[in-house]
Amino acid sequence: MINLKINGLTTSVEKGTSLLEAARFLGFPIPTLCHMDGLKPYGACRLCVVEIGEGSKAKLVTSCTYHAEEGLKVRTATERVVRARRMILELLLASTPQSKIIQDLASEHHVMQQRFRQEHEDCILCGLCVRMCKEQMAAGAIGFRGRGTERSIGTPFDVKSEDCRLCGGCIYVCPACQLRCTYNNPDQAICGGCANLAAPCIEELKYNDLMCYMKPCVACEIVEYEKEKQIKIK
Amino acid sequence: MRKQNSIVEFQDFQDLLISDISPDIPTIIISSGTCGQASGAGSLIRVVKRELIAQQQTQNIRLRITGCHGFCEMEPSLLIMPRGTFYPKVKLKKVPMIISAIANNETISELLWSDPKNGGSIEKQVDIPFFKYQSRTILSRNEKTDPIRIFSYVRHGGYKQFVRLLEKGDHDYILEEVKKSGIRGRGGAGFPAGVKWEMLAAKKNTNGKFLVCNADEGDPGAYMDRSVLEGNPHSIIEAMLIGALATGATQGVFYVRQEYPLAIKHLLIALRQARELGVLGENILDTDFSFDLDLVKGAGAFVCGEETALIKSIEGKMGEPRQRPPYPIEMGINGSPTVINNVETWANIPIIFELGAENFAKVGTKGNSGTKIFSLVGKIRNTGLVEVPMGMTIEEIIHAIGGGAVGSKSIKAVQTGGPSGGCIPTSLFNLPIDYDSLSQAGSIMGSGGMIVMDENSCMIDVAKYFMNFLKDESCGKCYTCRKGTQRMYEILDDFSNGLGTPEKLELLIELAVVVRDTTMCGLGQTASNPVLSTIRYFPDEYNAHIESKMCPGGVCKELITYSINDNCNGCQVCVRACPEEAITGKKKEMHLIDLDKCIKCGSCVSVCQFDAVETA
Ligand SMILES: Cc1cc2nc3c(=O)[nH]c(=O)nc-3n(C[C@H](O)[C@H](O)[C@H](O)COP(=O)(O)O)c2cc1C
Ligand code: FES
Repeated sequence: MINLKINGLTTSVEKGTSLLEAARFLGFPIPTLCHMDGLKPYGACRLCVVEIGEGSKAKLVTSCTYHAEEGLKVRTATERVVRARRMILELLLASTPQSKIIQDLASEHHVMQQRFRQEHEDCILCGLCVRMCKEQMAAGAIGFRGRGTERSIGTPFDVKSEDCRLCGGCIYVCPACQLRCTYNNPDQAICGGCANLAAPCIEELKYNDLMCYMKPCVACEIVEYEKEKQIKIK
Repeated sequence: MRKQNSIVEFQDFQDLLISDISPDIPTIIISSGTCGQASGAGSLIRVVKRELIAQQQTQNIRLRITGCHGFCEMEPSLLIMPRGTFYPKVKLKKVPMIISAIANNETISELLWSDPKNGGSIEKQVDIPFFKYQSRTILSRNEKTDPIRIFSYVRHGGYKQFVRLLEKGDHDYILEEVKKSGIRGRGGAGFPAGVKWEMLAAKKNTNGKFLVCNADEGDPGAYMDRSVLEGNPHSIIEAMLIGALATGATQGVFYVRQEYPLAIKHLLIALRQARELGVLGENILDTDFSFDLDLVKGAGAFVCGEETALIKSIEGKMGEPRQRPPYPIEMGINGSPTVINNVETWANIPIIFELGAENFAKVGTKGNSGTKIFSLVGKIRNTGLVEVPMGMTIEEIIHAIGGGAVGSKSIKAVQTGGPSGGCIPTSLFNLPIDYDSLSQAGSIMGSGGMIVMDENSCMIDVAKYFMNFLKDESCGKCYTCRKGTQRMYEILDDFSNGLGTPEKLELLIELAVVVRDTTMCGLGQTASNPVLSTIRYFPDEYNAHIESKMCPGGVCKELITYSINDNCNGCQVCVRACPEEAITGKKKEMHLIDLDKCIKCGSCVSVCQFDAVETA
């Protein structure tokens, strides 16, 4: 067991426990976007930063990827931490304002405005979908491509992946919430699962033993509706 | 090549080669690294060879083709040993003259280097100020060795230290010496190499341990690693062999960026030759010591120089840094313990054993021993690679070695450390160059880029340039690095377009601090340096851009206008140079710029001989 102090409280955890798990176990809230139980920690969104070390050696680290160390002193809500989190949320709001999850986090942290040039992106590259696809669905159909401002998520050469089983897992975990709604805009969809409405619920014969993650997306109903409309027009 | 089958056999062979040196025979040395070849060293070599045959001097004059010597601005150059005569910027037409002069042991004074300050010419390379004030322990070896001939390296004492240590067989002695020498990593962070090696030596791993030579060198304007690899690849191989002896590593990797084709070629030749000679591979010189080296080509991502990203790249994965700890020394290539050192760090290792650790540590200052190579570029008279003892001041490098500013302009700042570094103003030029002083001043040593800027540079433009580089080169994993660099670029771009406000400056500082705090790897943690250091040392320039919408350096196009003053004597050079035909005026009459047509390309400023075009 490893002994450490979080916000002054002593606790002991098993080797390999992340600071996030330890802090949450004690009930200290830490906001996260790219973390999900059951998926490997990745450390992309940086929202979960906490402060460790003392004096001039004090620094911020992401609690989801940092493992507990003997004698570590962790502070989860110092001024420095809060300032960093608010700036990250401001950056998120400036680029992905339409996400309900991000809006809620921002208002929880009293971020009331964003001072950058407004953008409308629908991906924060948190990598949840990539990890979901690889680790839980064992498909690995999508991945990261490019670097810097060119970085994006998709399949190699944008060719529809043969490994994709249209399970919808990627859409289910997305915190930017955009992909659920791109069913009629195939260019923007990641796996095309939602765009290709030959999804589990539609072609029952083929996929009837698959679980549909898209319960609330009502894509299937919309298709039915569209079909009916077509028939009416004819 | 005959394989050497024992330590004694190698030593006899080396003695044989050394006895073959006849130091009195004149030798023409042509520096033909990438810089030399770009300025025409290839043709020069051909013409020199032809002329040697034509003048029937092949028995009396030797020719050696080597890597870069450092004075890249003067390429293609000829160095005549043992006299030490240096002919810069050699024209092919002059080669016959030079060769007959060498044959008669004369020099041609018109072709020598002439001092732009007083016009006097200097014959010997060592007397030229650019070389005189340097301590060229690493770079001077480039002159002595032909990089693609292993015999040339062995003849000048190559592999001697490795074989001596192999014979001695004492790991702890090697580790002690490296620690005693006090050498710190030259890749940027300055971690003591001896300590790193000791940690690797202490590791027990049945799957093998790795040594890596980091030659990714992606900083704009820095090329010292390239020159060392091109000019003396065997010295790095020898260094890694010594490292393997000390740490028990079984496998080594060169990580070279693809943009260095000549370095890759020379390395591949060197590796093959070393294997053929029997100093690399299984059971080296019939001992039970085995070590082999591989070469991995990087695809030119700056971030792959970062050690954890480099490991992923070697493993064939996407070059993305990961959280440290665990450090590579715990979990490196394929999970095995790994030591990564910079090319220049490795290049120092054979020198430590040649000079002895104590003598090595005498050079430089306490805690910062040895020499460091800088690539001195920008608005300075002598550009090239300079190797100086640590602790020399910036002033000395710029004025004594670099020869000061070009023309009548005065120098404003130097940028050290590439995109991760900062700008140091003239008021701090008496700062000694070492790891600690530079980081206190808000910059870093980095791998050794040194860009000199004069009055005609705009600090906002400089910060913007590096931010543009970083926003494309960030791996993109950390949100604050990817978006932070992009947003910082955006704000700086606003400043240079006259859209700056005091609130935006505040936001920029706030953002820069958060980016430094919340990113994972060295790239993001240092990405704010160019911004914060320019704000710290040049607040007036930021104010000029924000408050008065003016660019004092005359660089930001949106904020300047050109006009012609009464220095103009009507020579019409600018009229012809203007691509937009915006300048009108008859011969011998004052010219006029039509500001509606002017695209602010600056062509008129650069062609005018009379300082008649003003920027305001
Ligand atoms: C963004 C980034 C780029 C780097 N690029 C290089 C490089 O091009 N060459 C290099 O030797 N080290 C580079 N480094 C430093 C390496 O991570 C590492 O510290 C170094 O290779 C260790 O060698 P040393 O101990 O000999 O300095 C870079 C670091 C960062 C954060
Ligand atoms: S939750 Fe830790 S970085 Fe995203």
